[in-house]
Amino acid sequence: MLNALGQPQSLLLLGGTSDIALAVAERYAATAPLRVVLAARPGPRRDEAVARLSALGHRVEPLDFEATDTAGHPALVERAAAGGDLDVTVVAFGVLGDEEEAWQDHDAAVRLAEVNYVGPVSVGSALAAQVRRQGHGTIVFLSSVAGERVRRSNFAYGASKAGADGFYLGLGEALREHGGHVLIVRPGFVHTKMTEGRGAAPLAVGADDVAAAVVDAVAARRELVWVPSAMRFVMSGLRHVPRPLFRRLPI
Amino acid sequence: MRTLLTGWGRTAPSAATLVETGDVAGLLRSRPERGVIARGLGRSYGDAAQNAGGTVLAPIPGPTTVDDETGVVTAAAGTSLHDLMGRLLRERRFVPVTPGTRYVTVGGAVAADIHGKNHHRDGSFGHHVLSLDLVTPDGALRTIDPDREPDLFWATVGGMGLTGVITSVRFRAPRIESAYVTVRTERIGGLDALLRTMRAHDDEYHYSVAWVDTLASGRSLGRSVLTRGDHAPAAELSGGAARHPWRGPADPRLAVPVTLRAVNRLGVRAFNELWFRKAPRDAVGLESLATFFHPLDAVEGWNRLYGRGGLVQYQLVVPDDAEAAVAEALRLLAAAGQPSFLAVLKRFGAAGPGMLSFPQPGWTLALDLPAAPGLVPLFRDLDRLTAEAGGRLYLAKDARMSRELFDRTYPRADEFRALRRDLDPDGVLTSDLARRLDL
Repeated sequence: MLNALGQPQSLLLLGGTSDIALAVAERYAATAPLRVVLAARPGPRRDEAVARLSALGHRVEPLDFEATDTAGHPALVERAAAGGDLDVTVVAFGVLGDEEEAWQDHDAAVRLAEVNYVGPVSVGSALAAQVRRQGHGTIVFLSSVAGERVRRSNFAYGASKAGADGFYLGLGEALREHGGHVLIVRPGFVHTKMTEGRGAAPLAVGADDVAAAVVDAVAARRELVWVPSAMRFVMSGLRHVPRPLFRRLPI
Repeated sequence: MRTLLTGWGRTAPSAATLVETGDVAGLLRSRPERGVIARGLGRSYGDAAQNAGGTVLAPIPGPTTVDDETGVVTAAAGTSLHDLMGRLLRERRFVPVTPGTRYVTVGGAVAADIHGKNHHRDGSFGHHVLSLDLVTPDGALRTIDPDREPDLFWATVGGMGLTGVITSVRFRAPRIESAYVTVRTERIGGLDALLRTMRAHDDEYHYSVAWVDTLASGRSLGRSVLTRGDHAPAAELSGGAARHPWRGPADPRLAVPVTLRAVNRLGVRAFNELWFRKAPRDAVGLESLATFFHPLDAVEGWNRLYGRGGLVQYQLVVPDDAEAAVAEALRLLAAAGQPSFLAVLKRFGAAGPGMLSFPQPGWTLALDLPAAPGLVPLFRDLDRLTAEAGGRLYLAKDARMSRELFDRTYPRADEFRALRRDLDPDGVLTSDLARRLDL
């Protein structure tokens, strides 16, 4: 259960080797050790993540997870919940892809849409069933400012995030009466292994900054946060720029 | 139909199926998924009367009978103390124990083994209970008392509803001489003087409580208003009280219509200052039962003044010789600058035999704070202080304690768990509190 100060007893990380997911688990470790279900592809990266979180005092349970195996997602969520209620789940998987390949290469375009849109919808629906069953539960979806107004420069990625973002916004409304809480997190550029080698955009943040925002927003039962918060105003402005002007902007 | 429920603190909501049925045995035998917990009027601050994903049984008031000779009352568990007081005043009697609100049920009073301003004299509610009707998880209706099935009885008193559904309670109601209390109100400038006065003279009064200004620090740390009183004899009443010596408590006159955060640091400081100044230096006066025992009941829904984030109450008890811990707790609170409305300090008398009952001889301090994640470090420090002093936190108020702290401070926790395993192997009874503390 989440307690009155918003501290969970269990955490499910979907995409458990993501820098942001791990930073969230590390932040929770600072107040109390939790049961952490780390759902990710098996391999040395997951082993490392398990060791890292165990060393912080968490009881870590690794689970095999593949974002595109949508048929397996309901069973995966049930396995994660076998050891107790899922208090907070972080949906943290996604790919950035190569911006130009992602619309010109058919396979790459489909794969990006599957990982970034179909996958989150699939796990979101499976998680919703679990939240309804247990009468409480917080789902955190890591979205992106890229979904707020889709730009020419990475539209395949932006469109997939926009779609999933909309799904989770609606899921939050739907689960409210069932005791559920959905938090959408829209970070700007985050320095992680996903963005390694790319030039940082203005207002870039680190995984820790996103994790801090997640932990605070879960406790405050907020439904939408921007990281950094100034991004909200930047994107709010950009959203209303007319298209002929928007396409000339160097973004 | 799912209903979102919270405790009085309005934190950590969860959804449950709220049912109102007289067939408690049938409900328990049907073993609903994720279990059942009985709920009274929802005045527990935390998650004791919530059951996420499961079933929550709403209170059903029933008839109350009073034996004129012996003062033995038989009341349905769903009866509120408010209604009960109205009935008992007609018999020139009062409830044996009342907490700071009349809006709790008799069943809840047993389940939380509530205490009041007379604990140093009369003990907790469980002390006055002669017998209980309890529907155990197997659906059997059992009448239990301290002689018949003492283990089950003392696990039920203070057991937070986890041993069965209490349906009826028999207890003794003392006679009183009027619906008024003669109250001595004193301003006390600091903590040392307060502790000294309470320790030396509490026994001379039936009721005693101190309201502490938690924002006062330094030499004023622990400045407070001490009120102590006794039921007033009818012959000593004057004015309106003399004309209506048995007038019962009224329904709330004011209501908070919207949830709006009105409790903030500045407001609390101003209020505490005003409230301290307005108290007489030392005076004796007459107060109605409602004014003396339940001042906050005059405002319906006062918990909404804490806004959407809700409030947390932290109530600790420490042994008599650990009064330094009380001072340290007040110091930590003042240093943290958290806006707690007047804290309440009381002296407890002897502990009862309840397995998970809160009271133990010593000092109990209750603090109301707006819920915020920023309280985590303060509460961690208070937890450590309480545990090291040999004290504990009150389950009816708790909304955040860890299982580790509970196990460390409730020495009979495992005994309670073992009894539950025998009584309820399938876990038919459960609550969010039970899940959080693994009860």
